[in-house]
Amino acid sequence: MSDVLLNPGLVLIVGAAGLPLLRGRAQQLYLLALPLLALALLVRLSFGERGRLSLFGLELVTIRLDALSFVFALAFLIAAVLAVIYSWHLRDATQHVSAVIYAGAATAALLAGDLITLFVFWELTAVASAVLIWARRSQASYRAGLRYLLIQALSGVLLLGGAVLQHSVEGHIRFELMALDNPAGWFVLLAFGIKGAFPFLHNWLQDSYPEATPTGTVWLSVYTTKLAVYALARGFAGTELLVWVGVAMTLFPVFYAVIENDLRRVLSYSLNNQIGFMIAGVGVGTELAINGAAAHAFAHIIYKALLFMAMGAVLHRVGTIKASELGGLHKSMPWTARFCIVGSASISAVPLLSGFVTKSMILAAVAEDGRWVAFALLLIASAGVVDHSGIKIPFFSFFAHDSGLRCREAPAGMLLAMGLAAALCIGIGLYPQPLYDLLPYAVEYVPYTASHVITQAQLVLFAAAAFSFLYRRGLYPPEIRSVNLDADVVYRRALPYGWHTASRAVERLRLTAGPPLRRRAASTWVATTGPLRPNGRLGTAWSTHLMVWCIVLLLGALILLTVR
Amino acid sequence: MTAQLPALQVAIPLACAPLCVLFRVRFVPWLLFVVAAVGSLVCAALLAGRVASEGTVRYAMGDWRAPAGIEFVVSAFNTPVLLLVSLAATVTAGYARRSVAAEIEPRRRRLLYACLCLTLAGLLGLAVTGDVFNAFVFLEISSLATYTMIAMGQHRRALLAAFRYVVIGTVGAVFVLIGIGLAYAVTGTLNMADLAERLAEGHDNRALQAAVVFVFVGLAVKMAVFPLHAWLPGAYAEAPSVVSTFIAATGTKVAVYVFCRFAFTVFGAALVFGVLRIDRIGLALAALAMLVGSAAACFQQDLRYLLAWSSVAQIGYILAGVSLATASGVSAAYLHLINHAVTKAALFAAAGLLVMQLGSVRLSALAGLGRRMPWTFAAIVVAGLGLVGVPPTAGFVSKWALVTALVERGMWPVLVAMLASSLLALVYVGRIIEVVWFREPPASAELEPTQSPATPASMVAAIWFLVLLTVYFGIDPTFPGGLADAAASALLGSGGE
Repeated sequence: MSDVLLNPGLVLIVGAAGLPLLRGRAQQLYLLALPLLALALLVRLSFGERGRLSLFGLELVTIRLDALSFVFALAFLIAAVLAVIYSWHLRDATQHVSAVIYAGAATAALLAGDLITLFVFWELTAVASAVLIWARRSQASYRAGLRYLLIQALSGVLLLGGAVLQHSVEGHIRFELMALDNPAGWFVLLAFGIKGAFPFLHNWLQDSYPEATPTGTVWLSVYTTKLAVYALARGFAGTELLVWVGVAMTLFPVFYAVIENDLRRVLSYSLNNQIGFMIAGVGVGTELAINGAAAHAFAHIIYKALLFMAMGAVLHRVGTIKASELGGLHKSMPWTARFCIVGSASISAVPLLSGFVTKSMILAAVAEDGRWVAFALLLIASAGVVDHSGIKIPFFSFFAHDSGLRCREAPAGMLLAMGLAAALCIGIGLYPQPLYDLLPYAVEYVPYTASHVITQAQLVLFAAAAFSFLYRRGLYPPEIRSVNLDADVVYRRALPYGWHTASRAVERLRLTAGPPLRRRAASTWVATTGPLRPNGRLGTAWSTHLMVWCIVLLLGALILLTVR
Repeated sequence: MTAQLPALQVAIPLACAPLCVLFRVRFVPWLLFVVAAVGSLVCAALLAGRVASEGTVRYAMGDWRAPAGIEFVVSAFNTPVLLLVSLAATVTAGYARRSVAAEIEPRRRRLLYACLCLTLAGLLGLAVTGDVFNAFVFLEISSLATYTMIAMGQHRRALLAAFRYVVIGTVGAVFVLIGIGLAYAVTGTLNMADLAERLAEGHDNRALQAAVVFVFVGLAVKMAVFPLHAWLPGAYAEAPSVVSTFIAATGTKVAVYVFCRFAFTVFGAALVFGVLRIDRIGLALAALAMLVGSAAACFQQDLRYLLAWSSVAQIGYILAGVSLATASGVSAAYLHLINHAVTKAALFAAAGLLVMQLGSVRLSALAGLGRRMPWTFAAIVVAGLGLVGVPPTAGFVSKWALVTALVERGMWPVLVAMLASSLLALVYVGRIIEVVWFREPPASAELEPTQSPATPASMVAAIWFLVLLTVYFGIDPTFPGGLADAAASALLGSGGE
């Protein structure tokens, strides 16, 4: 019973309550101590199940530590340390408290051994993270946060529904590999799918992340989606459907990311794309693939956080993050630029950096399983990553045309956090063995073979060449939507052309049909919610006349319906 | 002495009521209300202990044996209600002193306390009586006292709200009386146990069936079941804070109990749910109430109206549980009844504190005050999350129980309505959070930061007691869960008891 408290996530959640009591330097140090303490606790904890509780006849297992949950929890807590350092300058207890609770809830959810515990922390992540979006205190962020919270809560409700169904069908609520032959599995898969931003369930991500505070987005980028990847790896490893979901996820955000102007939204699309690689790996489900997904999640958490940190630093100093308004910032923020390039190169899977040693595992697993179509599509998507995250992000913010913006270098805390993250990216890339040793399965895998390196190097170089070619020819300003520049321009002309026409048609449709539709939608909204408003028919104070009619009609209806 | 406990349960508050009017010294009426509340809490606790060890306690009023005399019955199905009502009264008593002093003019204070005592006596009597006509009398005692208290609200709107409640409430009470009269005409008895015995057969008697419908429609008014809910928002929102705190926790809840008592132990589940199929209509109205109540709450501009509309939705949850007529459903309904009473009382109490300090609880007036009054708003948020059903608050436990009960019977449409209503609850609670913490305070508020009076410790203590109770019931639901399970098995187990 008392070992419930050994939960590293709970340390963060409970510890967060102390934050508002402290001020200034004491608060900062306490904030840093929390994730370090949780990290120490996690490392000292032995594998196994503990923290059993029984709640109205249900057996809860609040801590289940094994190799899979350990590697994710480790990444979560390291990211928490980095994010705390990154937000060192911030004097906003609301954000600190909710961020720490969010990290704690996500970690505790990783360790959950049953669906009810998972649900509890699943919902807590939703609530805590919504505060990080609202903390920007603008009308747009309020609305985005509310939409985000609703969708996340829906995911929780579905998870709860799945748990109830599983309990009524199979009589237990343990969180193990689930089958899709009963509705419980589908409910839970849909819940995970929402958090994991599956295609058509993904819009909350691009909608809300760019609206959060500069530091808040760093926290957000780490937890919610990776929690979903973990949950899928635990519950649905080897589900055929997920391979194709993952492939689709890697492909479609590429096009949006290329034409998007808000650089944090570009990163949100690229986040979606990276999750796709992991989900494809989970779907393949072999030992190598699960290892690859876990390792990629680990590396991804670090470099994606690094990229969001760099963009957050720019937003913090300059006040905008629109590609069209930035440029030339390498003069003012040289260190931020350098760290950003490390992050970009990592996400592009340039050899010797962390993305390469992990992503190639997934690709190798897909190939080893003989899925050549999926392999080819993932390769195309990889080239797209190089273009939008690898080149577009650093190029448009720090180089390109000089926007004339001059500002100070990022605050020391931000620089330190970015530096540590960049060091981790390089360290994992150069010496991946310690990470491999943490992975759930013992698999011999050598990333630096000639064929891996050459494939990836070609991919990166071709994508870079295509980018520079199109940029030189003036075809790649961020505002113009008509160019789809990807490595697939090189070897697949048809697809971009088709996409191009389709997106133009969509754009035309949006312009012609959009405003009337919006007007119609607005008037329908007013018409349907009108009665509910305080002055509407239903919400207003009813006259006694109307109330008495109601009771008489109800009496009549009841007598007619029931008495026989 | 202990043999007289069932009578004392009602007699103490009833005796305190006229004394409140007689004593003109300033604090005596309040003290009398405290005595009434604490006295009834002690009685309820002792009775609960006796019921747990010895089973049902029967008490013949004036030693006139039932069925001729009036009988009080204390059993597992009403001990939760007795405990809830007297606990709510005790907390309200602690809260009342400063709140009443701030809101009610001096010459009316003792009248308010007298009415509070009467309401308490009426509700306790309603819970404890074993006689249907006596139940009507207590229903009227509590209702009349409630109408009076609502009319004492600060604004003139309170008069109108009270008047509308009087009209619809009286119609409801008359329906109950007609139903009781019909049942008396059919059976010739007014004692509940006796009625149940004589009604065990002859279910196709039309007059009897009409009696059931009349009683339930009449009670539906008191429970504020949609579409008979219209009196509730005005009544709760315009009443003095202490009154809304007390009746939000108890009024509709006792009516739900009476509904259960009539359905399961007077008319019998076989007649009500087997022959008449009241359950289907109950579930349909419950689903509607959940959706309409929560949706309307999302659009309210005033915190107390928002809370009142959310009560309409929460009554829907409770009614759904009762209408399932299964052990798990009724148990879930009792559990939600307890948990929601505590949660809603905390919220209305906090709203009352805000009224006292700010003069208004329109959401626009609350903008940006989260930093100035962090503790009050933290209480509102924790209790608000209880309304949504976020763990680890009590709301989650009872909603989980209700979901399980609904799944058991395969009531998918109601389940969907309930989940949708929970999402809507998230919207209205989210609105409060957004306004309070993330909006800039209005410019005028900055001019008068020091004007708000000091926060009375007694009121804060009452609010936080209730809030912590919701969290405690969320983490360790054994106590309310045990009461609810015992109540459900007492209601369903032994038809006549």
